[in-house]
Amino acid sequence: MSTATFKIWRGDAKGGEFRDYETEITDGMVVLDAIHQIQAESANDLAVRWNCKAGKCGSCSAEVNGMPKLMCMTRMDTIDVDKPVTVEPIKAFPTTKDLVTDVSWNFEVKKKIKKFKPRPPDAEDGTWRVAQEDVDRVQEFRKCIECFLCQDVCHVLRDHQKTEEFIGPRFLVYAAALDMHPLDTEDRLEDLKDKHGIGFCNITKCCTHVCPEHITITDNAIIPLKERVADRFYDPVMRILRALFGKKKAAKPPAAEAGAHESTKVE
Amino acid sequence: MPTTTTAPATRSGFGSTSRQDNWWVTPLLTFLGLSSFIVYSTWAAFQAADYFSNVNGADYLSPFYSPVLWDAKDSITGKSLESGHALFGPQPSWWPGFLPFSPAFLILWAPAGFRMTCYYYRGAYYKAFWADPPSCAVGEPRKSYLGENSLPLIIQNIHRYFLYVAICFLFFLSYDAYRAMWFTNETGEATFGIGVGTIVLSLNVFFLSGYTLGCHSLRHLIGGFMNHFSKAPIRNKCYNCVSGLNKRHMLWAWCSLFWVGFTDVYVRFLAEHLDFRIL
Repeated sequence: MSTATFKIWRGDAKGGEFRDYETEITDGMVVLDAIHQIQAESANDLAVRWNCKAGKCGSCSAEVNGMPKLMCMTRMDTIDVDKPVTVEPIKAFPTTKDLVTDVSWNFEVKKKIKKFKPRPPDAEDGTWRVAQEDVDRVQEFRKCIECFLCQDVCHVLRDHQKTEEFIGPRFLVYAAALDMHPLDTEDRLEDLKDKHGIGFCNITKCCTHVCPEHITITDNAIIPLKERVADRFYDPVMRILRALFGKKKAAKPPAAEAGAHESTKVE
Repeated sequence: MPTTTTAPATRSGFGSTSRQDNWWVTPLLTFLGLSSFIVYSTWAAFQAADYFSNVNGADYLSPFYSPVLWDAKDSITGKSLESGHALFGPQPSWWPGFLPFSPAFLILWAPAGFRMTCYYYRGAYYKAFWADPPSCAVGEPRKSYLGENSLPLIIQNIHRYFLYVAICFLFFLSYDAYRAMWFTNETGEATFGIGVGTIVLSLNVFFLSGYTLGCHSLRHLIGGFMNHFSKAPIRNKCYNCVSGLNKRHMLWAWCSLFWVGFTDVYVRFLAEHLDFRIL
């Protein structure tokens, strides 16, 4: 057992300050446990958002020693408690109170992305057949818990506040999950280029580093989307090839495809 | 009991952060690594000499000069060097006299462009050279930001064209490695052999292949653009192979960068020294 000092940011949208709190650290504790202990012992009015304590709800996002992390997944034995441990709200979004931020901007952004538009059902029972290898890639993106740590660490949002021009890594992952889906027929590339600002991403991979679900955001979602945008808008050879041989996204797959592979029923 | 300090929660300004780790180490190492390579490769390109070695029957060519379009002239005698690798012979007579000539000038733009526009290096040098950002969750020096959304950095989308050229270069470098396996004896007969230089040149091809064939653009072009992998099983296998290399793209990038520089150093060394023959 040891004593740790926490510098916790206290305040609201108008401003605030760091306050120091001391608490006992026991084996197996995570940062969220320590925050709760401080809340019980010496700061009953400390606001902190949390829910599952299992790294699956994405509620307890904060900055621990300057790095965006889920407090419930940050073990105290990974932190040097000889120095004060800094805990701050995520900085990319407005503070509501103490460690709680207003992340509602993200939900508004999500509405701007064109929805999933599946092709017409190709099976007799009115459903689809999808080969597993076709959905392997997008299943990684479905792990996202929307903790918005990637949004927080992205310097385009965090430092440059391009909230009107750039949707951030979380929603590029969302767009990738839709755009790479084998059933989807919607075209989002023009939006990605013009409205969603994919060009603002300069591939620092900070989003990938902080993702608690270990989604390879930059390499598997953002760069493939950048390449798709390059295909469409920046590659003259591809333009020519598309004009000569290209097809638009198929509204319906060839009949032979249905049932041709080991498949999954999608309803 | 809580005590109050005055540190603000939201910080701005270059280098401001609450991070307690040595966040500056990685960008500093990147800066030093890339700067060293740029300085050395520029120096090596300007030499226009010692870029091949025929000592003791060997046939080694520096990757900074491969493919050799035209051989350079000896700076002392003025005669053309004979690397045995020149595709079009000696330095062309039409080359303007006021311009320095080096075979490296004519080809180095391609690998340089490939690395400059590489997705890994972009992220690395934006941090290390532009501090944009200096590191994750660390304050930046500038307020304005255009990213790769407009000129000049929108040009980075040209990466795939450099990829095409880089793949061609792999064939040239593989051929150089093959020629490094043949040694000419006193009677003029070429015999198979392996010297340290052979291994150095072969490893260069190995590392450059791992880097080039794990390129993000190649990953897209070989299959990433598709949504129905099941319709193209061979493409799917190729995509998986490229994806496998792509997972370690940073490692391949640094290994290949170091080794291509080392290969040039070694060939320069061999230009006047004997290589150690293994076979």
